[in-house]
Amino acid sequence: MTTTEKAAGNDGAGPDRAGSGVAPATTVPDKPPRRRDLRDHPEWVLVPGVFVTVVLLWEFLLPVLGVDAYVLPRPSQIADALVTQLSDALFWTHLKITMLESLYGFLLGVGAALFLGTAISQVRLVEKTLMPYIVAFQTVPKVALAPLFVVWFGFGMTSKVVMAAVISFFPMLVNVVEGLRSADADRVQMLTVFGAGKFDVFRRVRLPSALPFIFAGLDIGIVFAILGAVVGEFIGAKEGLGYLLLQTNYNFDIAGMFAVLVVLSLMGLIAHFIIRTAQKRFAFWAEDNTVIGA
Amino acid sequence: MAIKTLGRRPRAAAAAEADDDSWIELSGLHKIYRPRKSEPTHALSDIDLKVRRGEFISIVGPSGCGKTTLLKILAGLIPRTEGAVRVAGRDVDGPLPEVGMVFQAATLLPWRTILQNVMVPVEIQRLDRTAYRERAGRLLEMVGLSGFADKYPDELSGGMQQRAGICRALVHDPSVLLMDEPFGALDAMTREYMNVELLRIWRESGKTVVLVTHSIPEAVFLSDRVVVLSPRPGRIAEVIDIDLERPRDLGVMASDRAGVYVQRIRTYFNAQGVID
Repeated sequence: MTTTEKAAGNDGAGPDRAGSGVAPATTVPDKPPRRRDLRDHPEWVLVPGVFVTVVLLWEFLLPVLGVDAYVLPRPSQIADALVTQLSDALFWTHLKITMLESLYGFLLGVGAALFLGTAISQVRLVEKTLMPYIVAFQTVPKVALAPLFVVWFGFGMTSKVVMAAVISFFPMLVNVVEGLRSADADRVQMLTVFGAGKFDVFRRVRLPSALPFIFAGLDIGIVFAILGAVVGEFIGAKEGLGYLLLQTNYNFDIAGMFAVLVVLSLMGLIAHFIIRTAQKRFAFWAEDNTVIGA
Repeated sequence: MAIKTLGRRPRAAAAAEADDDSWIELSGLHKIYRPRKSEPTHALSDIDLKVRRGEFISIVGPSGCGKTTLLKILAGLIPRTEGAVRVAGRDVDGPLPEVGMVFQAATLLPWRTILQNVMVPVEIQRLDRTAYRERAGRLLEMVGLSGFADKYPDELSGGMQQRAGICRALVHDPSVLLMDEPFGALDAMTREYMNVELLRIWRESGKTVVLVTHSIPEAVFLSDRVVVLSPRPGRIAEVIDIDLERPRDLGVMASDRAGVYVQRIRTYFNAQGVID
């Protein structure tokens, strides 16, 4: 609490308002109520605060502790490596390849899961027939299939796309099936009274009810797709960030490795953010998402 | 403010078919639930009831007496086991467009605005959206929600949500309004207010209303007749004509005559060993 207030006081909000406490926004329409926002959202200060603290400790404690840069490079060295990477045209090719592999794999896996999940949740016979296979296949560690996909689909992008698709398929499938079944019985009954048929009920209640689940599935799916693409590149590739990660590793360029990791994390973060934004737009009524199969 | 009726084909045809003046007709109705893994339950037994067009009737009875089952059969939601059910001159074997229903919970769809929620029956029955949107707007105005048409349900109180639910039940201009304990979830003050509102809506729209309720005073206050169901298997124990002047206001409930009706129904339930 004190940290927040101090931080809020130090952030340069107008000095004229320093003693006014929490002023209602309506009385000062020309000035955004910054102090109040920060008080409501201490994380806006705390999250960057933790980042800065960790980076500073990391930067200045490592030399004191005598940790070798070959084991754990300092943040400044990682930043240097990152700048070097970003100014290399080849790096952007690697980035583009991994992004495309993840995206195609994601779309493929998620699309298949949407289709199959709808069939499973709506048609009893499909469920009865396919569920045992799906449960069985779900227990297979998907990452272990990567070498097989490289044998089948070669060193190019295809094997990684397939890997990304397979690994993002399952969490999405579980969410689609659960989501389409989550419709409230009273709402279904309400539509039925007004004369709705099965398709009306599906379109007007089941599908909207499933949206929060579907977004949860997309959220996990996109992160898993990147994971799948990188693992695929580990096994056998000539391009991509996974390949670059291995290369920097062979060259003992540990700072370079970290730089690639930073880029990969940012990629996941941005994808996650895009999906969250879409969720807030299209599934705005849901309090919070129910994540299944993470 | 009068709600104008939009002309609809089935109405005229059905009106011609309906014999004399009974708009809802139940005869020899039985309902027996036969669950796969337990004993069958006789929910309703030998129900005979005629409801006149434009009449307001209430069904009261102890918990589990089959009041809601009766309403769901009228709505075409569940099949009867035996007997005949006619609504607006048609045999009921599924939901009819002649019927609007208000539920225990408002059951609004949270991803739709209030206006979009009210329009649900219009969309499902593929009616002319433009014409009915106007009607929906007028209904919302009638229940005092015109400023909330574009709000989402979670921005409204329980009573306001239920009022929107009533608009939804009326939007496609059904001749019959079925209400399943619509005010059960509301606090006492809101409930009384909603009762007065409902009477006004009924007076202005001229619908035939069948209301299921737990509350004996509510039934007496609102109805032309109160149908008293016995404990399971539910049969009609009594049909009481409520001879109170209309239009009624809450003051009516303080009158001796209203008290006599309420007491009479309570006495029956007490004799049956069930608590109201």
